[in-house]
Amino acid sequence: MGEGAGPGGIAALGLPWNEIMPNPIDIAAKATPPHLANRVRGLSDRAIAWIFVSPTIFLLLAINIFPLIWTIRLSFTNYAANKPNAEVKWVGIRNYTRILTDEDIWSHMTTTAHFLIWTILLQVIIGFTLAWLINRKFKGNDLLTTLIVIPMMLSPAVVGNFWTFLYQPQIGMVNYIVEFFTGIPASSFSMLGPGGLAPWSIIIVDTWMWTPFVMLICLAGLRSIPDYIYEAAEVDRASKWRQFWTITIPMVLPFLMLAVLFRGIENFKMFDMVNLLTGGGPGSETLLTSIDLKREAFEKWRTGYSSAYAIILFVTIFGLASIYVKALNKVKER
Amino acid sequence: MSRKTLAASAALALVWGVQANAQANELTLCWAAWDPANALVELSKDFEAQSGTKMNFEFVPWPNFADRMLNELNSGGQLCDLMIGDSQWIGGAAENGWYLKMNDFFDANGISMDAFVPATVTGYSEWPKNTPNYWSLPAFGDVVGWTYRKDWFERPEIQAAFKEKYGRDLTPPATFAELKEVAEFFQGREIDGKTVYGASIYTERGSEGITMGVMDVLYSFGFKYDNPDKPYDMEGFVNSPGAVEGLEFYKSLYDCCVAPGTSNTYMGEGIDAYKSGQVALQMNFAFTWPGFEVDPNVGGGKTGYLVNPAGPTGDHFAQLGGQGISVVANSDNIDGALAYIKWFSQKDVQDKWWSLGGFSALRAVVEDPGFAASQPYAQTYLDSMAIVKDFWAEPSYASLLQASQARFHDYVVAGNGTAKEALDGLIADWTEVFQDEGKL
Repeated sequence: MGEGAGPGGIAALGLPWNEIMPNPIDIAAKATPPHLANRVRGLSDRAIAWIFVSPTIFLLLAINIFPLIWTIRLSFTNYAANKPNAEVKWVGIRNYTRILTDEDIWSHMTTTAHFLIWTILLQVIIGFTLAWLINRKFKGNDLLTTLIVIPMMLSPAVVGNFWTFLYQPQIGMVNYIVEFFTGIPASSFSMLGPGGLAPWSIIIVDTWMWTPFVMLICLAGLRSIPDYIYEAAEVDRASKWRQFWTITIPMVLPFLMLAVLFRGIENFKMFDMVNLLTGGGPGSETLLTSIDLKREAFEKWRTGYSSAYAIILFVTIFGLASIYVKALNKVKER
Repeated sequence: MSRKTLAASAALALVWGVQANAQANELTLCWAAWDPANALVELSKDFEAQSGTKMNFEFVPWPNFADRMLNELNSGGQLCDLMIGDSQWIGGAAENGWYLKMNDFFDANGISMDAFVPATVTGYSEWPKNTPNYWSLPAFGDVVGWTYRKDWFERPEIQAAFKEKYGRDLTPPATFAELKEVAEFFQGREIDGKTVYGASIYTERGSEGITMGVMDVLYSFGFKYDNPDKPYDMEGFVNSPGAVEGLEFYKSLYDCCVAPGTSNTYMGEGIDAYKSGQVALQMNFAFTWPGFEVDPNVGGGKTGYLVNPAGPTGDHFAQLGGQGISVVANSDNIDGALAYIKWFSQKDVQDKWWSLGGFSALRAVVEDPGFAASQPYAQTYLDSMAIVKDFWAEPSYASLLQASQARFHDYVVAGNGTAKEALDGLIADWTEVFQDEGKL
């Protein structure tokens, strides 16, 4: 800044700063109509703070809390949104008991759990490994990082569509790669069809898409470890293996757990990609709870029933996430 | 009131007035995004020229059509003035007040339902079924049929190979047993240096695909939705021995004769498989046929059209498709929408509709002596429309459909359980739906 342009410079001219360049607060104060200014002057800081946050609280109540309470209420009725004139009956906990005793829904829960556990496991292992490799300084490091994160920039709908082609037994690359390595004819099996491969196929696609996300979080963790800790370990003649287990892993663990939390919540409500890849098939082998819930709510229009379904899923994910966050906090406190 | 305020109010009123007038002279027609919709856009230009009404169109691809449009109707939206909705929606649309009842309008304008192909009136317009309560005008007749590669069938070397294997001439299949033989014969065969496959059939899981395909076969094997004398009594009808045999047949056709990777295919995938020369036989709705005639690979006489084959006992039915055109009860331009339907019902408009690729349901068009020869598929369309059956059109059709989608896909594609178990399970699912509806 030039000498005459800053406050120091103006002060050197012997003029008070706020007469030459009034600050924005003064401008706002002068622009406030006197009757409003008098009212505000009488308010405490706490009251003014409430005035500022109240629009956000109002929006939160209107958009999040009210629908939640309304959904809970609907879950105890037989309400159907496509029959606005039909009588709405109070059915007690019938919707909940029907859901919790329905073998098909437990099967969808198992499918979801299978998808959730395997995607998280693979993404953590591969994501951490990639981050660990990328963290080493080498030529082309930045370019490689950019290339690796491309899949997570794509829309899940696009990913679902083009993996459908990649999995196509006659023209898809995946089957030909398998044929090249194993000799199994490409057109003799279908990754998305019968034969039990479909649940693994959706896991592969999700892992391909979201491993970069886990990698980025792990990379942030690895880069937050100060070099002097490793230097101290070197002085103490700790082996690389020991440094990895006693320095790297403990210090990256909170980041890793955060990535698991994000991916867990996201995959629990996975819909678009799997719906495009398999539509829940073959049969119901890849029918995740979110797809089933959407069909109950917006195809069958069983609004009361699907509200109960949604509440059960919400409680499940909220409960699991709460336990997990407590564990995460304990790890961070260590 | 100051002069400025007065002038501003007048300007605002003028803008509103112009907008309201513009809306009164516009109509929005909602339908699926497919070839017939393009033909309707072309046809509707005549209506625009005659009436001065501007036509807008909202077309949604088939996989999302029901979701999108039923949401629109459920929410009381005003996007559509005219709706060409699927035949199965009619029960819900009538009972939930989404469509305007058309009886008075038809009477006042001399439009008789006797003028339309009976199956289309029952399928697209009536609710309750077989009662004179009309909620739409039959707009687009459609039915599941088959196409086959006539040029392949006519090749001497293929004919000879078929005769050697099966001891009979290779002819377009008239029964499902014959169809399977033909499909098996072509499966994996080399034609023009390419491996081809037997048949393309419906296996789609997400919306309605596999149900349309399975039902198309099951009807001719003796499947019935319920006891004709006792509505919603399904035991012994849905899971009759014939129905079980039909479902087993569909699975055997899937196991033996489809191209690899066809575990989630419907209309679009069938069209692609057929046009690309991948399959010898293709199950699909009749609306696809005009497109094949002009296709460079399969058009120009290379394609033959088949009525759905008969079952083992000679029963002969086909799955109905198609739609009627209805006025959305929530429209703010009901008069304009009715004027469109009146225009659309005219003979000369229906003639042009057929010539553009729209499958007219007006008897004066399809019973015209020149109709059968007007297109290579015209006679097949007529014969097919005479044997149609349709899926449940109950207000709860979506729940019934989702149940059949899951049961059929689980058995046919995933290979779980037996056909009997699948149909027994379907009865249990459908019974629960009807109990929830208070019908059982």
